[in-house]
Amino acid sequence: MSTTSRPLTHEEMHRLKSPARRERLFRRASLFSPLLLLLLWEISSQLNLIDRRFFPAPSAIAQTAWSMIVSLELFDHIGATLRRVGIGYAMGAIPGIILGLMLGLSQTMRRLLGPIFAALYPVPKIAILPLILLIFGVGDMSKYVLIAIGVFFLMFYNTLGGVMQAPQIYMDVAKNVGATRFQTFRHIALPAALPNIFTGLKLAAGSSYIIIAAAEFLGARSGVGFFIWASWQTFAVSRMFVGIVVISFMGYLTILLIEALERHLVPWAKQ
Amino acid sequence: MTAALQETPKPKVVCAPPAIEVTTLTKAFYNSDADSVTLAVSDFSFSVARGEFVCIVGPSGCGKTTVLRILADLESKLSGEVKLHTDDAPAMVFQEASVLPWLTVAQNVALPLKLKGTPHAQQKARVEEMLALTGLTSFANARPSQLSGGMRQRVSVARALADDRDILLMDEPFGALDEQTRLVLQQELLRIWEATRKTVVFITHSVDEALTLADRVLVMSPRPGTLVADLKVPFERPRDVVEMRRDKRFWDLTYEVWSLLASPGGT
Repeated sequence: MSTTSRPLTHEEMHRLKSPARRERLFRRASLFSPLLLLLLWEISSQLNLIDRRFFPAPSAIAQTAWSMIVSLELFDHIGATLRRVGIGYAMGAIPGIILGLMLGLSQTMRRLLGPIFAALYPVPKIAILPLILLIFGVGDMSKYVLIAIGVFFLMFYNTLGGVMQAPQIYMDVAKNVGATRFQTFRHIALPAALPNIFTGLKLAAGSSYIIIAAAEFLGARSGVGFFIWASWQTFAVSRMFVGIVVISFMGYLTILLIEALERHLVPWAKQ
Repeated sequence: MTAALQETPKPKVVCAPPAIEVTTLTKAFYNSDADSVTLAVSDFSFSVARGEFVCIVGPSGCGKTTVLRILADLESKLSGEVKLHTDDAPAMVFQEASVLPWLTVAQNVALPLKLKGTPHAQQKARVEEMLALTGLTSFANARPSQLSGGMRQRVSVARALADDRDILLMDEPFGALDEQTRLVLQQELLRIWEATRKTVVFITHSVDEALTLADRVLVMSPRPGTLVADLKVPFERPRDVVEMRRDKRFWDLTYEVWSLLASPGGT
């Protein structure tokens, strides 16, 4: 740094940089470990080491997937599932965030409404599917509602936690700069809770796909869940695997999308 | 001779009503679990003239922060009277990092103006002025996480000054900073105060800091805090925080305040 210091020798430089180099190597190698598992599966299936009726080779599954992509059959199911998840997710997340912020800011509301949510939260969402079907019918509305319920609680509790964990000093600042109740809500509580809100959004995305898969098994004529179930019933195992891979991939992409949004909207949480 | 002195008082002192008048302020905390009452501040009275810089020193836990929070209406008093003769609520510079991490430096400074609905162009001009005053111009778009503790407190000061309120309350704003940074910021604060002439109430546990900054030092007793002494600090302004340490009066006053703090003051 300073002009009087000597330059590092070649050997010192090498030692200085070697941990970072090793780190890079590991990171690259870690990409290949899932592929290794896939390769193992392919070989065992080809060699009949595992039952091909239950575990068709990945190459065979890929072939089935390709034909379904070409025939556009897959996209109808993906579309139906995405629509249900998207609408249900929004129906649950928006009130979850708003109520989480409100209860986080108001001790009175927390005392009055907190016990209600605490009592309802542990009810397994799939357990109330028949009730939801009874009320909302077998159409898409029952799927929206079921997902919304699951998403709501995750968003509610994560947002509430975010507001409660925010340093009290932020609220003092809000009061001192003359913020109204709504301004405190919008400009202090919401951004303070945003990192937790995003944790909730990711958890909720994962659980949305669990809920929709189960709901489509039982009460739908379309969607990836229905497709998996129908494939099982007709013993089309390759198609079933395509369905499983597709719905997993949908969940994965959704979470990637939320993470990209998070990097954009919560840049201060990086550190 | 004494009569002549009394006949020609400084008109400012006589005419200007005090900006802050606190009479027999008392604050207690009740812990319902232990059914115990903690008396934090007891019959504390003082007043601050318009444009005066007053420091309150006292041992930790003496309730000096509580007094300031009551002035800022962040806490309620138990009894006594607090009168603020100003049009607007006091602005506060907090103890710890109170800079909002999701806003940039400029956005933090603009916050009070934005919430008031000040026109955008006016906001921008005012923020630029405040950033220049606090030496933050080149950090306008930085995030608080990229700043040092001293820089963050500058942001806090700039934000408190942004909407130009009459009274500035400062709660150990430099308490967490290292000594050198603190000295630099004290000098900066003096310069800013010369330029703005706000009424300032500054809380500190540092005798040195109080004497460096204040026109008047109020010494508080240990809990329950009450007024032990009200000392005038005679140094002329503008002050040089390093040079004033060559003044013998500085050390005499330091000794005086320390002996007050060390003696068992209020009961």
